[in-house]
Amino acid sequence: MARPPGKALRQVFGEVLSELAGRDARLLVLDGDVASSTGAELFEAQHPERFLQMGIAEQNMLGVAAGLATVGFVPVISAFACFAVGRAFDSIRVLVAQPALNVKIAGGYVGLLTASTGKTHQMFNDVAIMRSLANVTVLAPADEAEARQAIEAMVSTDGPFYLQVAREPSPQLFGPDYRFQLGRAVRLRDGADVTLVSTGVETTRVVEAAEMLATRGVQATVLHLPTIKPIDADALVDAAIATGFVVVVEEQNVVGGLGGAVAEVLSDRHPVTVKRLGIADTYGESGSNEALLDKYRLSASRVAEDVESLVARGSSHAADEVRATKLGRVP
Amino acid sequence: MTLTSEGTRTLEQIARQVRREVLKAVAKAKAGHIGGPLSAADILTALYFSVLNVRPEEPTWPERDRFVLSKGHSSIALYAVLALRGYFPVAELSTFDEIGSRLQGHPDMKALPGLDMSSGALGLGFSAAIGIALGAKLAHDRFRTFVMLGDGECNEGIVWEGAHVAQRYGLDNLVAIVDKNQLQQFNWRGDGPYGRRAPYTDAELRQRWAAFGWSVSEVDGHDVEAVVAALRSAREGVGQPAVIIAHTVKGKGVSFMENNFRWHSKVPTEEELAAALAELAEPVTEGAGA
Repeated sequence: MARPPGKALRQVFGEVLSELAGRDARLLVLDGDVASSTGAELFEAQHPERFLQMGIAEQNMLGVAAGLATVGFVPVISAFACFAVGRAFDSIRVLVAQPALNVKIAGGYVGLLTASTGKTHQMFNDVAIMRSLANVTVLAPADEAEARQAIEAMVSTDGPFYLQVAREPSPQLFGPDYRFQLGRAVRLRDGADVTLVSTGVETTRVVEAAEMLATRGVQATVLHLPTIKPIDADALVDAAIATGFVVVVEEQNVVGGLGGAVAEVLSDRHPVTVKRLGIADTYGESGSNEALLDKYRLSASRVAEDVESLVARGSSHAADEVRATKLGRVP
Repeated sequence: MTLTSEGTRTLEQIARQVRREVLKAVAKAKAGHIGGPLSAADILTALYFSVLNVRPEEPTWPERDRFVLSKGHSSIALYAVLALRGYFPVAELSTFDEIGSRLQGHPDMKALPGLDMSSGALGLGFSAAIGIALGAKLAHDRFRTFVMLGDGECNEGIVWEGAHVAQRYGLDNLVAIVDKNQLQQFNWRGDGPYGRRAPYTDAELRQRWAAFGWSVSEVDGHDVEAVVAALRSAREGVGQPAVIIAHTVKGKGVSFMENNFRWHSKVPTEEELAAALAELAEPVTEGAGA
């Protein structure tokens, strides 16, 4: 089922910050010279005196943000995820995360679709890195309605945040009545065969994949995690209990991202088989959005194919295990 | 306003006590740094006892001047100064580096009231200080921000990223002090076996900061009267940030530690501690006594 077109989250980012700045005098935007790409230029147009150009120097930008936070400002970082997290990691770790300062890091150009910039700008590790930092909340909204509320929650909640901001227009997944809750997963679909867990803009593709799977006799629960940290462990456990099989789908390396987070929770609380679909421990490349989603198997149809085969193999593995147990062998 | 000779003597006395406390704390902890804290002791004393507008009894006073020790590995010298200034009991210095202590190896603003920023990963404190000064400008606050770096620390790229931004925003409420003690941890090779050369010559360091648009001055970092004067006049710059290059001696005050990079983070033996404390004892002055 095609969903109505929606705004790009970077546009929402610029618009919402501009609105919030009208109500919150503490709000500042620090830009690493990418405002025309991250959506922050919309903020500059409205609040030029609160838009601080920091130049192409991300390490210092994050340090300056920490200093601003100590004197009561709420600095929001406008940068690409690869540079905000990759280049400035030590500033984030020591000056933002350890003292739990009120700095909001928006990583633009997240995931696979980065305007054909290729592997240097495709950051598949930002979730793994940022969720490994104590004190940091990690958000990845899926569409306009959710991004709007996630940004509001980020600005109004004290402490360090990392927000993924996707570049491309995102179809509308949620209606006007949607209510984002920090730290809560959203169950978008119920099905008994498998639980699909996703986050960010990939969730919309996963929902479409679930719709395709339904026509092929596979009923999937879809769980969307707009808050990756703190993770909604209860929702994951409930879904794992209900379906017994979990597949995580994300625009991140399968090492350490949301898949890692889900595996950590379920291995602690309700061990079931967890499969991870995403960037298969490799790097990206330039290409059209369609070609990239197809090649890296993150389009709705590729996700549907892969989940279908995992479900088929998953159930045969399960049958093998039952046989092995009956025969007294360790599976 | 210049210091009276009595004021100068008082600062010198405090700085000697800071040095003694540094040595005792590091010897007790069997860890920590010596050379850098001793080179910074006079400047830190001048700052907290004669320049900074602070209230030790109210460490979060919003209008206080801010100080960031970007060369965070010299933490024990800052702790000693803060303790002597009344932020916390001097006896607590003996907990330096212990588990659970507020006096962490590198300054932790969450642990110890009075620290305006955590620091220790070199260069980062400098950036944070720029953010504090920028925030003061934006909020029209009148407090000043001071930040101390090492000359070795100036190797870090982030320092020059920050120097550029501070100049761009005309942060004349920011004063950086470079503790130019000429030695890093292991250093750049010089002539001869274990020969060492400074990270920057005087001219190189001066020219780098000037090229980045900073107002540059220089001072003997162990002449407290001159340091106070330099810190006070640097506050009067308009339209550009100021840096004071303080010429110092690593390990200053203890003859066998001075200018020896091996004392960067070496722990003194009992004998070495006794010898060092003897060198740092208060001179007997005429007419003194009970």
